[in-house]
Amino acid sequence: MSTSSETVPSTVSETAVAASPIRGTRLTLTAARLGRPGAPALDGVGLDIAAGEILTVVGPSGCGKSTLLRTLAGLLSPLAGDITEDRRPLTGPSADRALVFQEDALLPWRTLRANVELPLAIRGVPRAERREQAQAWLERVGLASQARQLPHRVSGGQRQRAQLARALAGRPRAVLMDEPFGALDAQTRAGMQDLLVEVLRGTGATVVFVTHDVDEALFLGDRVALLGAGGLVAVRDVPRPRDRGAHDDPARLALRRDVLTSLGT
Amino acid sequence: MKRYALRVFSLVAALGLWQALTSLNVDLWLRFSQFPTVTDVARAFAARLSGPDYWTDLTDSLTRILAGFLLAAVLGVATGVLVARSRLAEDLLGPVLEVIRPIPAIALVPVAILLFPSNEQGIVFITFTAAFFPVLVSTRHAVRALTPVWEEAVRTMGGGRWRILGSVVLPGALPGVFGGLSVGIGVSWICVISAEMISGQYGVGYRTWQDYTVVDYPGVFVGMVTIGVLGWLTSTAVELLGRRLTRWLPRTAYVPGARPPRPAGSARPAPAAPTAGKGGSAPEEARDEHLV
Repeated sequence: MSTSSETVPSTVSETAVAASPIRGTRLTLTAARLGRPGAPALDGVGLDIAAGEILTVVGPSGCGKSTLLRTLAGLLSPLAGDITEDRRPLTGPSADRALVFQEDALLPWRTLRANVELPLAIRGVPRAERREQAQAWLERVGLASQARQLPHRVSGGQRQRAQLARALAGRPRAVLMDEPFGALDAQTRAGMQDLLVEVLRGTGATVVFVTHDVDEALFLGDRVALLGAGGLVAVRDVPRPRDRGAHDDPARLALRRDVLTSLGT
Repeated sequence: MKRYALRVFSLVAALGLWQALTSLNVDLWLRFSQFPTVTDVARAFAARLSGPDYWTDLTDSLTRILAGFLLAAVLGVATGVLVARSRLAEDLLGPVLEVIRPIPAIALVPVAILLFPSNEQGIVFITFTAAFFPVLVSTRHAVRALTPVWEEAVRTMGGGRWRILGSVVLPGALPGVFGGLSVGIGVSWICVISAEMISGQYGVGYRTWQDYTVVDYPGVFVGMVTIGVLGWLTSTAVELLGRRLTRWLPRTAYVPGARPPRPAGSARPAPAAPTAGKGGSAPEEARDEHLV
């Protein structure tokens, strides 16, 4: 995969799909115990995720980040405690909360466009319209020319971009991302982060982004939640504006050091 | 082209060996002196082709096998999906199916005679039973082996049970289902011919057995060649259909008879196996450094 094909599309098409912002959901966990019965991964989790914010969740492998995300998606039920979406108890998965997986979750027998069309088809959007919308989303993530390729014909970075397009095409009010760039090389990854910020801008959706890369968490998040073994360690605000070059900014360095210390590394 | 030449050569060589052994009346330990020669069989074949019975036999056998096989394909896939997706169905149907499965379909001839008013339906039933189990078992395995994130992805898009069935389970299980169908069509032929030999009226198996009872050995071989060619044609049809419906599968470089990779990649070597995404341990290690 060439570097040029992985960079952010320079012009973002101002299509109908992108225009109207949606209201993000507020997700709240209170004294939640999460995991599989008999093997709880996290306990006593209290977290209030504001509508429209980008919360990054960082922590070492195996600390329960994915469990947290799958629970928020409704794929797992909490073992104890409350989880609400806009103050209503969360019951099962719904199109309101899209999940972007670390692994390949595109259906391999569908072209990229047909994959992006899927949430629209589930919502009952007529064929011609969903084709048009899917194409527009693929354009937004820079995949317009690959629309009719099968997933295994494109690179890993392109597959993750298609997954992002698919998640956003359903116009979810929350986007839950499980280390979506984890398997990508560093260069592709930086491009994907910029693209994500670009694409999310103006959608209004709440984002929960799980990663074990502290720098990625600090770059993307409005707030960073730190997970340790067994539970939530701390939540930190991240200073804005977002700037990839600000590595020597003292406040930022202090925050980074603080985060690493809190994670016990 | 070269490969087709090889295939034709292989068939011709086998026929040549047959002709040589029989016309020379080779009688070592295996006795070929009573064996009809290729030319005997060819002559008998030509005679049969011009008669009306041959074509009736052919269409009868084909009708039986297609009816039985199609029934088995539909019910086998349906039952396989049901058993793989529902614990209740597995508990209710599983034991019965597992007890019936080891019984050779041809041993069900008495059952077929008791159950069905006509021989015709009995033969279709036996053919159906033969193909049903390979299809059922492969479907069940294929459905259980589906990648879980496919289903989870559709659920988080708001897709329900039927959407998951239509958009994930059936297309995802298709490669495995076709494995079962390929085995099934082969077993179907074995059983349709055997059933015709035992209880048929008309049909290639019936005719072959009739020829044997009147000591018409070239006729027996005409039957055997017919069965061979028909079996080969039908399994090729299943194979081609399967390949057509599962073209999305990432292929390795060597696939017998497959079309070459897209012309666009003329400079590229084999269509690269999906590398990124399933990225091995290297990126994993690189990532862990971020925490240190």
